This record gives sequence, C-alpha cells and structure tokens, in this order.
Amino acid sequence: MGPVAFVLIAGVAVGSALGLVFKRNPIHGALFLVVNLGSVAALYLTLGAQFLAAAQVIVYAGAIMVLFVLVIGMLIPGKEETGPDPRRAYRVLALPVGAVLLALLAVVVASGARGRAPAATAAPDGVEAIARLLFTDYLFPFELTSVLLLAAMVGVLVLARRRVS
Amino acid sequence: MIPAPETWYLALSAVLFCIGVVGVIVRRNPLVIFMSIELMLNAANLAFVAFGHRLGTADGQAVVFFVMAVAAAEVAVGLAIIVAIFRLRRRLSVDDLSLMRW
Repeated sequence: MGPVAFVLIAGVAVGSALGLVFKRNPIHGALFLVVNLGSVAALYLTLGAQFLAAAQVIVYAGAIMVLFVLVIGMLIPGKEETGPDPRRAYRVLALPVGAVLLALLAVVVASGARGRAPAATAAPDGVEAIARLLFTDYLFPFELTSVLLLAAMVGVLVLARRRVS
Repeated sequence: MIPAPETWYLALSAVLFCIGVVGVIVRRNPLVIFMSIELMLNAANLAFVAFGHRLGTADGQAVVFFVMAVAAAEVAVGLAIIVAIFRLRRRLSVDDLSLMRW
C-alpha cells in the first residue's frame, strides 16, 4: 500500500508541476499548481504530518492560490508569451541547466541513501508533537511570524494604494 | 501501512525543485515565474518533512510551518508589486522589467 500510494501521488505531483511550467495559459498553470499542492499535502499525510497537510490545503491551495487566481484575472496576462521570444538563446539553456541540477541533486540523494540510516526512533506523529515544539522551542520565531504577517499586510496596503496627487 | 523510504521523497523533492527552476528560467510571465518559485518552496518543504520523519523529530515540520508563513507574506507582497508594476507599465513581461527604475 505504501509504495504504491507514493508512486501514484508522486506521478500526479510531477505531472501537475510539468503542466504548470509548460502550459501557456497562466490560469491553467495556477490550477495545475493547486493539484500539485494537494498531492504534496497527501504526501505529508503519508509521512505522518497531519497538521501540515491541513495547513497546506488551507494556506497554500486555499488562500495563496486564490490570491494568484484573482491577480491573474485582474491583470489578464498571457499575451506577452505569444510573440516571438527575443531571448530564445537563453531560454533554450534552461533544460540543460535543469538537467545538470537534477543530476547533482540525484548524486546527493543517492549518497544520502547509501549512508547509515539513523536509529529509527518512533516518529512523533500527529498534531501534538509539532504543537509542543511550536509553543516551546520555537516560541520566539512563532511570535515573530505574527509581526512578519502584519508587516506584509501594511506593505501590501502601501503598495496597492492608488496615488492621489 | 509501511511508508515508502524517505529517499523516494527526497528524489521527488529534487525533481519538483528542478521543474521549478526550469519554469523560472523558461517562462516570461512574472506570475508564472512566481508560481514556479512556490513550486520550489514546496519541494524544499517536502524534503524538510522527509528528513524530519527520518530523524524521528517534528522539527522539520516546525520549519515547514514557518516556511508557509513566510511564503504567505512573500506572495502577498510580491503580487502587490506585480500589480503596481502593471499599473505603471501596462505590460507584464520580465524582459521589459530589467530595470529597477523607470
């Protein structure tokens, strides 16, 4: 059950990521990204991270992607990718660059797989473990998060304000 | 249910990250580039959770939580910047946006 489920979900994740990159219409890309985020949330579930799976669906696939879709609808972009590409030479390089990066990462992952696996302690599952961490060891960063979000909110208001002069 | 070995998760994370990198380089629409960056963030998050699972701690999950918070702030500010640029320039191609001033 485990490996089969992983392969299925991983296939969905990779396929939707490719759809995001190679579909021309940004709305289609956004919907593919929603699928990808959902499949990553499912992978979180298989890793025992239930809280993150829920947060992924609510924050990423919910809030952030709604913002993206709204902005895409507001700006109606997509026309700028139809004409001839003035910098085609650079963009052709993207695939070799990605392949080289993938090869390097594959070497790292493979070397890590060969290394000795640490003593398999009982993985703390569920919401309780992360809640305990967030409100003890990571309490200060957790509080800083609220300041960060407030600063982002104020910044967005300043940026999006119409200049009346 | 026996979970798949963490190496598989790391491999998937690497693949997703590389797809995101290619997307950032290939696409011309800043919104799609932004979404590719989200894809890369997600790949890194998956690696964090996989490592945390392997080490038997929830620290990886805590880090991912903070990454999510920062990503939410980043998306809000980034989209506001894109909207502001669009109001100013009426065009939305990164090739036209190579200058930080206008």
